[in-house]
Amino acid sequence: MNIVVCIKQVPETTSVKINKDTNTLVREGTKSIINPFDMYALEEGLRIREKSGGRVVVISMGPPQAEEALREAVSYGVDDVFLLSDRAFAGSDTLATSRTLACGIEKTGDFDLILCGKQAIDGDTAQVGPGIAENLDIPFVAFVRKIRELDNHTLKVERMMDDGYDVLEVSLPGLITVVKEINEPRMPSLKGKMRAKSINIPIWGVADLDMSDSETGLKGSATQVIKIFTPIRDGKREILEGSIEEQIDLLINKLNDLKVV
Amino acid sequence: MDYFLTETQQMIKDLARQIADERVMPVRAELDEREEFPRDIIKVLADSDLMGLCYPEQYGGLGGGTFENCLAVEEISRACIGVSVCYAGSGLGAYPILLFGSEEQKMKYIPDMASGKKLAAFGLTEANAGSDASGIQTTAVLDGDEYVINGTKQWITGGGEAEIYTVIVMTDKSRGTRGASAIIVEKGTEGFSFGTKEKKMGIRASATTELVFSNCRVPKENLIGREGRGFVIAMRVLDRTRPGIGAQAIGLCQGALDTAVNYARERKQFGKPIISFQAVQHILADMATQTEASRALVYSACRFIDSGAKNISKISAMAKVFSSDVAMKVTVDAVQVLGGYGYMRDYPVEKMMRDAKILQIYEGTNQIQRNVIGQELIKEYAGKKKK
Ligand SMILES: Cc1cc2nc3c(=O)[nH]c(=O)nc-3n(C[C@H](O)[C@H](O)[C@H](O)COP(=O)(O)OP(=O)(O)OC[C@H]3O[C@@H](n4cnc5c(N)ncnc54)[C@H](O)[C@@H]3O)c2cc1C
Ligand SMILES: Cc1cc2nc3c(=O)[nH]c(=O)nc-3n(C[C@H](O)[C@H](O)[C@H](O)COP(=O)(O)OP(=O)(O)OC[C@H]3O[C@@H](n4cnc5c(N)ncnc54)[C@H](O)[C@@H]3O)c2cc1C
Repeated sequence: MNIVVCIKQVPETTSVKINKDTNTLVREGTKSIINPFDMYALEEGLRIREKSGGRVVVISMGPPQAEEALREAVSYGVDDVFLLSDRAFAGSDTLATSRTLACGIEKTGDFDLILCGKQAIDGDTAQVGPGIAENLDIPFVAFVRKIRELDNHTLKVERMMDDGYDVLEVSLPGLITVVKEINEPRMPSLKGKMRAKSINIPIWGVADLDMSDSETGLKGSATQVIKIFTPIRDGKREILEGSIEEQIDLLINKLNDLKVV
Repeated sequence: MDYFLTETQQMIKDLARQIADERVMPVRAELDEREEFPRDIIKVLADSDLMGLCYPEQYGGLGGGTFENCLAVEEISRACIGVSVCYAGSGLGAYPILLFGSEEQKMKYIPDMASGKKLAAFGLTEANAGSDASGIQTTAVLDGDEYVINGTKQWITGGGEAEIYTVIVMTDKSRGTRGASAIIVEKGTEGFSFGTKEKKMGIRASATTELVFSNCRVPKENLIGREGRGFVIAMRVLDRTRPGIGAQAIGLCQGALDTAVNYARERKQFGKPIISFQAVQHILADMATQTEASRALVYSACRFIDSGAKNISKISAMAKVFSSDVAMKVTVDAVQVLGGYGYMRDYPVEKMMRDAKILQIYEGTNQIQRNVIGQELIKEYAGKKKK
């Protein structure tokens, strides 16, 4: 079974600062980690390999320093890692990111199953997994909390829902995005860490992926970021006083003044 | 302090620390409370390749030495020495085979230990033979192609949990210490069973049991080395593993120091953090100084042993005795810094204090270590000319 895991490097904290002039994240000074949900995808990939054999390939798209995330992935025991990095990829929205990752995945060779995290803790859209599946024209299931059965042709999974779970069967090749309930990620191994130190990581750009500049990056994106800001919660509040009846009257007046009722 | 570790040594330390922080810290109090053997943690250590640190590569290990092993022990001990003794105790059981076993024995047993699939244990002590190990009464009598073992070993770390036991037995009582031999017994062998698990003051996550042999037959190929070599094997093995007790001690000290300093920074009395009182600073300063001195001594001992040096008894005993005495003192002081809170199970230092005591007792009491050092001094100075 050939498994591809998509990992994204993200800032460790969820409260990153935004540069108001450039509309970009201020990454200096914040430690980067593998997107936590992708750790579960990675673990699931390794577990499938332990059971059914095959190889686990990890791919990431990002700036050159995303190489660190891939080295960390190697320390957990994956077979091969690939970095998609090119100035031309900069500014990709979820559409362009999915398209680029799909091209990268195809270039890694034959695959049976693609694993993604449920969402990235920075971008938070949860669109990239499904986007990759659309680009590759393969079935996908999001929010998987358990793989029930897996053979060379089909996959039966439990999809987490607000009020329980669905059981779904899809044909392979396919893609799933996973939630944290699916497993407990392992620790790195010493041999893995040693290999991670020395491994040569291939870096693929637009040309390697046979893409044109208009398919990726800012030009290949359907959305444009005009402004990014942290919403201000001014938290204005007022405590109404008096008897219950008086408070009710005051409240009704206030709501009328605000023209919300 | 920078001890100029190699890249690999630093990696081992970092990995062991990560496992200690993420997998041992959160469960140590519960393991202690429930006297539960840390199976899951041993599995994590095995999967991370840390069980194989000190075994040669041809037997599936990583080819490290005493130092690499001690670095891992130190980091795990920072979280819990009840867990680290389960890890290190297996090495103690494996060393007789590694140092004195035949090629066949090494091929048969070491790979499973290096991968962490099987744990080992070391059985020397008996009810009437503690410091005076020559008093052991467990016997092994050759009968055809098998040894028949009878007797009871006491307080064996890993008893019941380990798969492979290296046991010191008397093969010829008439010859005293020269009549002892080391022999391998596998769990599940007929006539080999475990007594009840001891209820202990500390290191309660570890299992300490009797090994009961009653007409237990093992193939004669299980003998390690020659008959009569049992004591030499036991003493040489202990010389090698004693710095491991030192490593437990320095890890434990570091854990106690970390807790005490952090607590002293936060706890306020008389309107100030208690760390602002010089009397408290002085306690912490001594704890830190003694911990660092222990570390320097243990690391030096490890490097000396790994250099292939022959006369290691003295330095190895020094590393054990000094650092374990320090650990006892440092953990008592840590409780003092935390005051009444330190006495409560809500904080980790009371456990550290209970745990510390064993370090002065097992693998030879600290009195016996001083005897060893004293004997070595006599030998050393007898050979020197007076000036
Ligand atoms: C501040 C900010 C503003 C943004 N604004 C927009 C916007 O206006 N419009 C828009 O479309 N997008 C926007 N993005 C999304 C940005 O383009 C995304 O970072 C990127 O497309 C991935 O989407 P995501 O982070 O939401 O990942 P998700 O879709 O949440 O990620 C799901 C999974 O897909 C995989 N994955 C995602 N990204 C990668 C990657 N680079 N390499 C490998 N695997 C990956 C991982 O397995 C991950 O767990 C913004 C992001 C940020 C941080
Ligand atoms: C938790 C635990 C785990 C253990 N694990 C193992 C194990 O895995 N394998 C194993 O073989 N053993 C193990 N032991 C046994 C341990 O090594 C012995 O307890 C130790 O060697 C001391 O023996 P003893 O307890 O019989 O004390 P004793 O020998 O009875 O000593 C009692 C006191 O007298 C002192 N003393 C004795 N002789 C002298 C002397 N000549 N000079 C000065 N003082 C002396 C001692 O220092 C001590 O203070 C373990 C013990 C414990 C408590």
